[in-house]
Amino acid sequence: MTLLIFEQFLNGLQIGLLLFLLAAGLTLVFGIMDMVNLAHGSLYMMGAYFAAVFVQWTDSFVLGAILALPAGMLLGVATEYVALRSLYARDHLDQVLATFGLILFFNELARLIFGAGGMAIELPALLAGQIEILPGLPYPTYRFAIIAAGLLCAGFLFLLVQKTRLGMLIRAGASNREMVGALGVDIKLLFTLVFGLGSALAALAGLMAGPISTVQIGMGDNVLILCFVVIVIGGLGSIRGAFVAAVLVGVLETMGRAFLPNILGSFLNPSEAGTLAQALSSMLVYILMAGVLVLRPAGLFPAPGR
Amino acid sequence: MPSARTAPVTTAISRRVSMLLGAALLASPLALAAMDAAAQPAKKVKIGFVTTLSGPNAAYGQDMKNAVELALDHLGRKMGGIPVEVVYEDDEQKPEVGKQKTEKLLQRDKVDFVAGYIWSNVLLASYKPVVDSNTFLISANAGPSQLAGEQCSPYFFAASWQNDQPHMGVGELLNQKGAKRAYLVAPNYAAGQDGVNGVKTLFKGEVVGQDMTKWPDQLDFSAEISKIRAAKPDGVYVFFPGRWGVQFLTQYAQAGLKKDIPLYSAFTVDAVTLKLQKDVALDTYLAMTWGPDLPFAANQKFVDGFKKKHGDTPTFYASQSYDAINLIASGVAATKGNLKDKAAMRKALEAAKFDSVRGPFKFGNNHFPISNIYQQEVYKTADGGYDLRTINTVLTAHQDLHAPKCKM
Repeated sequence: MTLLIFEQFLNGLQIGLLLFLLAAGLTLVFGIMDMVNLAHGSLYMMGAYFAAVFVQWTDSFVLGAILALPAGMLLGVATEYVALRSLYARDHLDQVLATFGLILFFNELARLIFGAGGMAIELPALLAGQIEILPGLPYPTYRFAIIAAGLLCAGFLFLLVQKTRLGMLIRAGASNREMVGALGVDIKLLFTLVFGLGSALAALAGLMAGPISTVQIGMGDNVLILCFVVIVIGGLGSIRGAFVAAVLVGVLETMGRAFLPNILGSFLNPSEAGTLAQALSSMLVYILMAGVLVLRPAGLFPAPGR
Repeated sequence: MPSARTAPVTTAISRRVSMLLGAALLASPLALAAMDAAAQPAKKVKIGFVTTLSGPNAAYGQDMKNAVELALDHLGRKMGGIPVEVVYEDDEQKPEVGKQKTEKLLQRDKVDFVAGYIWSNVLLASYKPVVDSNTFLISANAGPSQLAGEQCSPYFFAASWQNDQPHMGVGELLNQKGAKRAYLVAPNYAAGQDGVNGVKTLFKGEVVGQDMTKWPDQLDFSAEISKIRAAKPDGVYVFFPGRWGVQFLTQYAQAGLKKDIPLYSAFTVDAVTLKLQKDVALDTYLAMTWGPDLPFAANQKFVDGFKKKHGDTPTFYASQSYDAINLIASGVAATKGNLKDKAAMRKALEAAKFDSVRGPFKFGNNHFPISNIYQQEVYKTADGGYDLRTINTVLTAHQDLHAPKCKM
């Protein structure tokens, strides 16, 4: 039982870390640029498609992944430059409308270029197997790799935001955008950089999710809702908040799916417990969000000054 | 005073009488014309076809559309000598959109038949407007238990199956392979519930665990797969249609369970998913009502024609769409194109006098097919692709269990 709990914790952690990569980009863009970008999920999808195509071309998962990252970043920067730049001054509703349009645009673009059938990313033999992380607990190597990569990325982002000049500007931007501009920082360039960084993170999440969930049109649309939950729980603009909230959401969701039926089954009849557990486990995340919002309306780790 | 009061009354009456007369005069040629139309064959047969043409499962909608077009080609684009027009609508895999598109087909396009529907929840939402307007509805896929039982209708026919049936085939397959402990996983919606119930009705062993996953947005099954590993069953049944089938099978193989615990499924492996599933679908046990290799002349004509026209192997979704169009054609031909005569049309459809790709085709009392269920497997073709082949018959001339509840 302890092994199973540990295994389910790893499953939750892995989902949480994928969520974090997506949510980190979203919270940066939302928190610093005050821009609601619904098309973030499309960048995730395009990242996965890029990876699928590059893996096919190069016949190597690692090479494909390495190529997909700058491609995703370039696409993000291009999108920002062409479509989003003119939206910064508009209100949130305009941004929602415009970026929702972008979702439709990217879904149709993917259908035209890559076809409606979706694509699979094949894993190299090294990652396709299982490793025995504890005696009697084999775990898919690839999921383990996601956990490792996610933690590395979180560390990298932490250093970037806390220890570099760019990070300082990002934090300053999250607290007070106008003041940063007034102090002579090229805010347009900063925004483009932030958006590019967010896109690269989304592409990374997409290419890592690809081998697990297959690459398909609209794959980012569902994840995006969960990402918004994460950044609301974590606090807008806070990378640290996004990390904690994403892991919390991932673990809570997985644990709910895994153990709620048994827990409820101990005092309800099996069919009632089953129905209730299904309903409850899909609501858990939103209950958590509601709870956090009641206790801390600005999220767990709000950016200072907001 | 009285005269002053009666005068307007009488004029009012006479005016009303003359209006009535006028209306009757005006209406009579119309009435004659209408009666004329009732006896005469229609000038055009209009069919509304609702399926999923956008989103991650657009490939299936396209597959069904391709099959409809092929069926029309084979019919010479005519039914009983009358030209056919098919209006396609995209349900986006959403019940509310499906219902809205169905109502549009009925009200704006005034279609004579409505057909299609991949998803049980979409069909259930769209069902009432169609049968309430006395329009014939032919499902080309979804077969929810509700419509086979209490909510059956003279206007509804399934060219596919009742949802439970292939799952019951899996239940029997588990028995045949000697599985004693089974773990069931299916999505939490109408068809998923029918699925696990179908398996349970025939499976004689013990169900050691069951998970109903969040539908449609759950794509990661790591929690369920870990539970399966811990439960140590000797057979796992899954029902994950479309994209979800690719994801579950891939994750199951990545977790290393495929070689230890045999995987049984229905609706989860088809020509579209196989392009992505490949090796992970090999050596799994499948049950279905149709396979591309069934040795019937109509089936060979369909499969060969489909490959030639669309360059792909058809899925079961396509086969049922092809049958649905041919079923409608048989009805139109038998009633000599007199689409207004609903009673005659119902009789003709019930007779199902058409060459089905599934061989001899017969409806039960609830307008669901009485059908064989076959065991299938995936094999590697000579050109390196993957295809399905039929191994044996699991259930013969099988009727669903909800039929007795249908009173019509």
